[in-house]
This record gives sequence, C-alpha cells and structure tokens, in this order.
Amino acid sequence: MLIETKDLKKHFEIGRNQILHAVDGISLQIEENEILGLVGESGSGKSTFGKTLIGLHPRTSGSATYNGQLLPKSFSAADHLKYSKELQMIFQDPYSSLNPRMTVLDIVGEGLMIQGEMKRNDIKDQVAQWMDKVGLNADHMSRYPHEFSGGQRQRIGIARAMIIKPRFVVCDEPISALDVSVQAQVVNLLDELKRDLGLTMLFIAHDLSMVRYVSDRMAVMYLGSVVESGPSNEVFFNPQHPYTQLLIEANPEPDPELERKRQHVPIVGEITSPINLGAGCRFADRCPKALSHCKTVTPKQTQISDKHTVSCHLFE
Amino acid sequence: MVDKILEVKDLHVEFATYGGNVQAVRGVSFDVNRGETLAIVGESGCGKSVTVQAIMSLIPMPPGKITAGSAKLNGKEILGLSTRETNKIRGVEIGMIFQDPMTSLNPTMTIGDQISETLMVHRGMSHGEASKLAVELLDKTKIAEAAKRAKQYPFEFSGGMLQRAMIAQSLACNPAILLADEPTTALDVTIQAQILELMGELQRTEHMSIILITHDLAVVARMADRVAVMYAGQIVESGSVDDIFYRSAHPYTLGLKQAMPSNKDNRDKQLTPILGSPPDLFHPPTGCAYYARCPYAMAVCEHHSPEETALPGDTEHQARCWLQHDDAPRQAQLTQKGVTHAD
Repeated sequence: MLIETKDLKKHFEIGRNQILHAVDGISLQIEENEILGLVGESGSGKSTFGKTLIGLHPRTSGSATYNGQLLPKSFSAADHLKYSKELQMIFQDPYSSLNPRMTVLDIVGEGLMIQGEMKRNDIKDQVAQWMDKVGLNADHMSRYPHEFSGGQRQRIGIARAMIIKPRFVVCDEPISALDVSVQAQVVNLLDELKRDLGLTMLFIAHDLSMVRYVSDRMAVMYLGSVVESGPSNEVFFNPQHPYTQLLIEANPEPDPELERKRQHVPIVGEITSPINLGAGCRFADRCPKALSHCKTVTPKQTQISDKHTVSCHLFE
Repeated sequence: MVDKILEVKDLHVEFATYGGNVQAVRGVSFDVNRGETLAIVGESGCGKSVTVQAIMSLIPMPPGKITAGSAKLNGKEILGLSTRETNKIRGVEIGMIFQDPMTSLNPTMTIGDQISETLMVHRGMSHGEASKLAVELLDKTKIAEAAKRAKQYPFEFSGGMLQRAMIAQSLACNPAILLADEPTTALDVTIQAQILELMGELQRTEHMSIILITHDLAVVARMADRVAVMYAGQIVESGSVDDIFYRSAHPYTLGLKQAMPSNKDNRDKQLTPILGSPPDLFHPPTGCAYYARCPYAMAVCEHHSPEETALPGDTEHQARCWLQHDDAPRQAQLTQKGVTHAD
C-alpha cells in the first residue's frame, strides 16, 4: 500500500456557523504502481481530496499515510521540501498553472533548483531530457508558456512534476481542457510513465469513459464521500450504488445505435450544497431507491466482492 | 419532399489581424431540414462557431469579414442584411443558446425580466402579458417553482438552471431553428443528460430544427440526425449520423473516433492520437488541409485540394478526400486497421 487515507476530512469555515464539508470522511487505499481514478460531479470534492492528500491543504481530521509513514496534518515549509520529492501534482488548467514570466527551463527545472543538489548545467540536461520524454522540442526550453499550445503546456506541466521523479502523482483533470486528439496523446504519455517508472497515480476526472480507460481501480465521489469503489471495469459495467448507476446511465457513448436503444431516464435534481451537512446518505434526496432511514443514518461501507465496496443502505 | 429551412452555400469568413488575414471559414455549405438535428463537430479553432456566428450576423465587422457565400432562411437571403432586419430574425426565427450561460445573461436583471424583454420587443406584448408568459416558458423548461425563480437573478441559479433559462428565453418567439453552441460543455454529465433530454423533447413538441455545435462525439451520437465534421475551416465529411460513425469516409473522422475511448473495446487497446497540429490558417495549404497529419496521405493530396465527393447510398454522404474520388483508381474504404481497396 503506497497511499492510505482513513476517514480523511477537509472542512472549510466559510462564515459564522457555516462549514463547507468538501471532503467528509474518505478512506481509500492506492497500491504501488496503480492508477486510481476518481470521478464525480463538480463540487463533489475530488480536487480538494487530491490536494489535501499531498498536503496542499491542511486536513481537518482523519489520517493520510504515504509508504507507511503518517503525513503531517499541516505541512511546514520543511515538510513540503521533504515530500515534494515523492508527491507531485499535475494541474487541470495548463494556462493558469504555469508562470507566464518564467521560461520553460525555469518552470520545469524549478523543483531541482529548490532541492539545491544539482548544478545549473546538470539541471539543464535534465530539463532537456524530460522535454524530450514528454514529446517537446528541447531547443524550445528558453521559450515562455504563451508560445505553446494547450496540449504542449499540459506536457510542460507533466515534465515539471515528473522531473523530481516522484513516486506518487495527483493528476487533477489533466486532459479536460484539451481537444480529443490531444487527450489521447497525454493519456498515452501518462500510461507510458506508469509502465516505465512504476509510478502510482490518482487520476481525477469527470469523463467516465476516459477514467475507465486510464485507471486500474475507480472510486466514485458524491458530496465529499466515496459511494462506490472497485476495479474500473467492474464499477463501470456492473455499478451497484444507485448514484453510480445513474451516472453511468447519463454518460453518452460515441455510438448512435447504442444511444438509440438506451432508455433515457435522466437523474433528477442537482448536487446539493455541501454546507452544514448533517447525518444520512448524501444522495438520499435524489435517489430513486431511497429508504425511510437513508436521510437520517449514514450508510457504512459494505464489501460486496473481493475489491468492490459500496456505501449504501441497500447493501447493508 | 424534405423541407429545407436553412441553406448555407460556400461561406467564407476572414478576420483581419496584425499577423495578416486568418481564413477561419473556407467554403462551408450545408442544409438544415425542418425538425432535424444537424451536429457540426470539430476541434477548437476549426471554425464551427464562426460559421454559425456568421449566419447570425454576430461577427464583429471589422475585423471579421464575410468574403463570399450565402445563407438562405426559408429561401430568403439573411447575410448582409441591415441591423434592423437582422434583429427580426435573430432571436425570433433562430433562437440561440451558448456554452457559457453565466456570461450570456445580464447579471443585473432578473431572469423573468430578461425573458419578458424578449417578448415585449419581438412580440409587442405588454409587461403583464410578457411576465406571465415568461413564467410559463420557465415552467416548460422544467424549472421548479417557476414563478419564484423568475424573480431571481442569474447568480442565484446553478449552471444547469441557467442553461434552462437560456433555452426558455430562446423559445420565447417560437423559433424555427435553435442554434446551440456547445450547450452542455460546461455542465456535469448528469446535468448534460437533463439538458439534452429537454432539448430533444422541446424539438418534438415545438417542431424545431436544432443546429448543435460540439466537440464531443458522444453527444453527437446521442442527439444528431445528420453530422458535418469540420477541419481547418472546411466541412471534410457530412452525412447521416450512421454514415459518420459506421461508414467514416474521411481519415480525420476516423482519427477522431480512434482517439477516444469506447466502452465496447478492451481496455488494453491503445488510443491513437492524431499527431501534429492543424494548419496555419493565415496561409492555408493549397492541397488537403489534413495532408500533414493524415496516415493515408498520397502525393496528390499535397498540392491539390480534394473536392467534395458523394458516396454511394441515399443519405447524401459526402467526403472531401482524394481516396473517395471517382477518378481514384479504386474506390477505397477506410477501416479501423487501414485502407482496404474494393474493386
């Protein structure tokens, strides 16, 4: 087990007596060299979970361990320096996540520079190597981010994270800002890095088909909690939680015949506000199968097969 | 007989910039029949939005310029009309919804007032009548507690609700065509399903045609009757939705399909990206625009632009590719593995 969280919570105080339950008790494990896909609607807390996991947000309660060691609740500057060698992040927006006043050499090499263990010339060699690896022309390292396209910028972001040789990377919607043809390039690159470097990843996305394609296991989030997790194909083709079922039902397929045959029963309502949540199942308001006690009793995680778990009263 | 409601012929649009003229749309022709959904698909920068903006006279001129072409709505030319005449069409005969409903609505007016304004301007209703109908329209787009919601401002609505409000507004004048530019791109998949369902339902009850602009082939499969695939300012392939998905005739269409995961496939199948990038539209290539990225490119493709070639069948399936040309030695068919030649 490389990463393990137990009842991880991240709450934000947003005013008097108002608490936003962004992440509300998540227990997940990620094995070495595994890609865990995290899906859910916007506002379900996927990104906050990723950021809290690697210390970009201090956590409110619960625990997070990396390689057997408990990560500090709130990272000090020294902690960041120590763990940034092992834990890295690739951000969603390739436009706002790169400093426009820094050259690619400075952006990609910054991590090595901060660690201070390498000479500038060696760093330059490393940057050239990584630019080559992610499919960028190493001669362009003195250029600025605005001179690159969206797909190329996303590669700069990947090179920036990977040059440190981390063991675990949080990929926060790394492809959603990209065109279809370019998405495939980035996904194939991540897959290659996983194979060649034995990388472990948390792959956050809202595109269900892509998450199934990329990840070994999949976890479905709703309003700060994980409602179902298991091997990707099992969760996708045999969803058990009512929310997962509706989510997959809503996911259109690039196949007109299949779409014509499909019964279109869209999920009703919208995700509720995560402010001041009480007990009970988060999905109870929208759930077509809700029982009388769903709104008052929080469901427990139930193992339905070897690796497949569901948090729903229907399975308890 | 099919009833052609909109006919666009040989549309060319250019933008003057410091770097020269960008030829954003280079000879686009398509028809929209009554009651059907035409999807225009393509990646960013292919000119799909500019095409429909030109039809709606929404392009700022200058820097934009429609250099050639015509667009006829019910047989009447609508390009180059005066602002006053355009206003009689825009929002009346053609309704519009956009990708970002938050910036398309006025943040300082209540939702109800924005819809009733349309009704008062275009249909000459009194304030009272218009307000009443506005609530009915919101109700039609399945906004709960429409009367209360009509008194709220855009910031009090979620993204999905705003898109519903936009649809309600676009329906105000019973348009013949609803023009939807990436209507669900900013929405979650569950809300997307709700909006698409609503659009389909309204299309049936109001007998509208829909022009759906999107980059998402899955949404196309769900909604479209006919599809036009755009690349570098041209339509490279058009036909029925089944033609495009099951009988792809242009290498670009095939490339798009192979670049995205399908849930029918085994996970081990690699996605095939389209390498390279679209051509520079300041200086569009003399040959096929897809030549540099095309795995099937031939010598003729480099310097000679392919014409639109009709393919067998009765669905008006066309492709702009030399492989499909009548003069090509043998009629070629693209398959998932590559080109196979049939005699």
